[in-house]
Amino acid sequence: MTATTPALTDRVRDVLGSTTLDDASLRRWLHGLPGVDEVGAHGRAAMLGTRSVKTTSKAWALDLAVSMVDLTTLEGADSFGTVRSLCAKARVPDADDPACPKVAAVCVYNDLVPVAVEALAGSGVKVAAVTTAFPSGRASLPVKLADTRDAVQAGADEIDMVIDRGAFLSGRYLKVFEEIVAVREVCDEAVALHGRRAHLKVILETGELSTYDNVRRASWLAMLAGGDFIKTSTGKVSPAATLPVTLVMLEAVRDWAALTGEIIGVKPAGGIRTAKDAIKHLVLVHETAGERWLDPDLFRFGASSLLNDLLLQRRRMRTGVYASADRLTLAT
Amino acid sequence: MPTFEYAPAPESRAVVDLQPSYGLFIGGEFVDPVDGTSMKTVNPATEEVLSEVAVGGAADVDRAVKAARRAYERTWSRMPAAERGKYLFRIARILQERGRELAVLESLDNGKPIRESRDVDVPLAAAHFFYHAGWADKLAWAGLHGAALGPDGVPLPLGVAGQVIPWNFPLLMLAWKVAPALATGNTVVLKPAETTPLTALLFADICRQADLPPGVVNIVTGAGATGAALVGHPDVDKVAFTGSTAVGREIARTVAGSRKKLTLELGGKAANIVFDDAAIDETVEGIVDGIFFNQGHVCCAGSRLLVQETIAEEVVGRLQQRMAQLRVGDPLDKNTDVGAVNSAEQLQRITDLAAVGDAEGAQRWTAPCPLPENGFWFSPTLFTNVSPAHTIARDEIFGPVLSVMTFRTPSEAVTKANTTPYGLSAGIWTEKGSRILWMADRLRAGVVWANTFNRFDPTSPFGGYKESGYGREGGRHGLAAYVKEA
Repeated sequence: MTATTPALTDRVRDVLGSTTLDDASLRRWLHGLPGVDEVGAHGRAAMLGTRSVKTTSKAWALDLAVSMVDLTTLEGADSFGTVRSLCAKARVPDADDPACPKVAAVCVYNDLVPVAVEALAGSGVKVAAVTTAFPSGRASLPVKLADTRDAVQAGADEIDMVIDRGAFLSGRYLKVFEEIVAVREVCDEAVALHGRRAHLKVILETGELSTYDNVRRASWLAMLAGGDFIKTSTGKVSPAATLPVTLVMLEAVRDWAALTGEIIGVKPAGGIRTAKDAIKHLVLVHETAGERWLDPDLFRFGASSLLNDLLLQRRRMRTGVYASADRLTLAT
Repeated sequence: MPTFEYAPAPESRAVVDLQPSYGLFIGGEFVDPVDGTSMKTVNPATEEVLSEVAVGGAADVDRAVKAARRAYERTWSRMPAAERGKYLFRIARILQERGRELAVLESLDNGKPIRESRDVDVPLAAAHFFYHAGWADKLAWAGLHGAALGPDGVPLPLGVAGQVIPWNFPLLMLAWKVAPALATGNTVVLKPAETTPLTALLFADICRQADLPPGVVNIVTGAGATGAALVGHPDVDKVAFTGSTAVGREIARTVAGSRKKLTLELGGKAANIVFDDAAIDETVEGIVDGIFFNQGHVCCAGSRLLVQETIAEEVVGRLQQRMAQLRVGDPLDKNTDVGAVNSAEQLQRITDLAAVGDAEGAQRWTAPCPLPENGFWFSPTLFTNVSPAHTIARDEIFGPVLSVMTFRTPSEAVTKANTTPYGLSAGIWTEKGSRILWMADRLRAGVVWANTFNRFDPTSPFGGYKESGYGREGGRHGLAAYVKEA
């Protein structure tokens, strides 16, 4: 057993039904999960995509979607200025409509966390940081942990880590597990510093995992290791979030809750650009995991351009006409 | 606690132009029946009368067969095959163009959800016409071994086809019947089901819009007696029937000893077989699709669920969770999953058979779905503790009622699946490819679906073993049913 916290050790023992924790025991467990039939998963996602969400339910869904956005900028060219601008947008997404909800969080690289923390102070909007040598994750564990610790110390509320896909795809599940556990421990250091844990989102990078069976296994591995959220993608790899991928991950959190009682969040990220896409995802949440997950604490959209489309649709619901995108503020 | 209530999203009825009454479509025009009787067709979701429809008598059937014969001899059989193909392509395109109108009308008259009429019935009906349009001038290459050939080497048509179709897929069954008949050079007299004549009558209008020569397609509405007159008419060369096994038997008796060629697509009691290594989430969806698609009014419905004992409890639990989410109600609402039962008579039959299930000791579970007050409704239902000897495990219910049984080994699954007088379809759910092939070899069913259910395609032949009928529809096999044998 390498997992350090006794609670985690016990949980792993319970769930795996094994006293040893190694690649072999993890493999037996993960490969014992039911498979995912690709054609069936696509069919189910497509069918749910035909749900017609109109009038009052659309207005409700648009507001909920705005409140679930992790407004994101992850560019080499990000500056203090662009991050401050993004934070201003996060606080007041639609300057003409005070009733518009705030977004859930702003998501930036770890060196820009101090800027975001300052800009969002008192707003209730969380600061999320991508760490662990995002997006490839190709660095040693000490580097990944230092990366994470930087963000935690600077006051990040949420850590978006990447798993080692190379290790996962070559069956070194223990390495993936242990890295998540180690990052989670750094997240817990926030309790001493800030009086609260940093929430951990585990990015599976589903576009590199290639099969839905792998997505399901990676989801369960991340939940076993203590992730608070499972997240589809970095946004740097295509395909990123797709409806079937989100479907499979929602099934995973639903089944995990039934097994352990723990409620884990899901974050599709990358590729969701329109209000219509966002509402399809909410339908998926509603009819797969259930009402419980229709909550910004348990479902997020990692996105940048999505927000303004949601706002345009909100305006149309209010006024009956489409506003020019020029009437909306820029995110960065 | 947030709630995500989908606001009502009804498809507009305005797209449908319903006439207060309809005559018979004979020789390219709507005519009044000779004996002048009529019947009402109702919306099963509201019991509202939609329209009055003529009831064709023997004299009307005779008129229609004569019109079909005339069109066959003077026009259709003499026309170059490529020209026939053009008409079929034209019909296919009009079916697509008027798809919304057809879908709304189908849902009004039949009670099926608009999502299904829009996404399944109408697109598949158009696909059947497109597929057969392509064959019209290529029949010599269809590999119809044993067909009588004309001087140009092309298989010869039979003449006039009398076709009787059921109420569960009114337009789609029309397409399954009419498209291959026309493509091979036959003309048709079609009798739609008593409770669902409206899309066939709209199809008559489409034939006129496509400039189809008069008499090539004739539509005679009515009830059982009309169908019997058509099937028994001496100048009909081919009879095609889809419906109950009881009526199918009667038709076989009528046709016996005549020169008429016959295909029957009858009832079913399909086994949907779930192994413990199946992809569980997709399997649950497939079970739901197998029995609750079209309110279970599907001859190939997966009405017997055979689950491996090791996962029976889990599958039933997940199935109940999923069934509780089904949205039962207004067929025209785009978010409805399960619509209305087609008629009071069918509702009574389902209710009675379910009561027999209770009486024989099976355990009933009903999905907690609220039902509308008016109209004909039956909640999605599943029975556990079902033994193969129970009536609900043997008789076709033709409604949203699933009988769950278990098995321990693959050979036991095969035996249980095959122990039925029917043999139309079966489903296998497993992640093990070799087992799919092993099972498919042994299942006596016309269609075996693997890790899916209720998938249809015009290129794929469909039809039954045993009391599910004979002959195939769709694909090259379906063409063979409409050409002369050497």
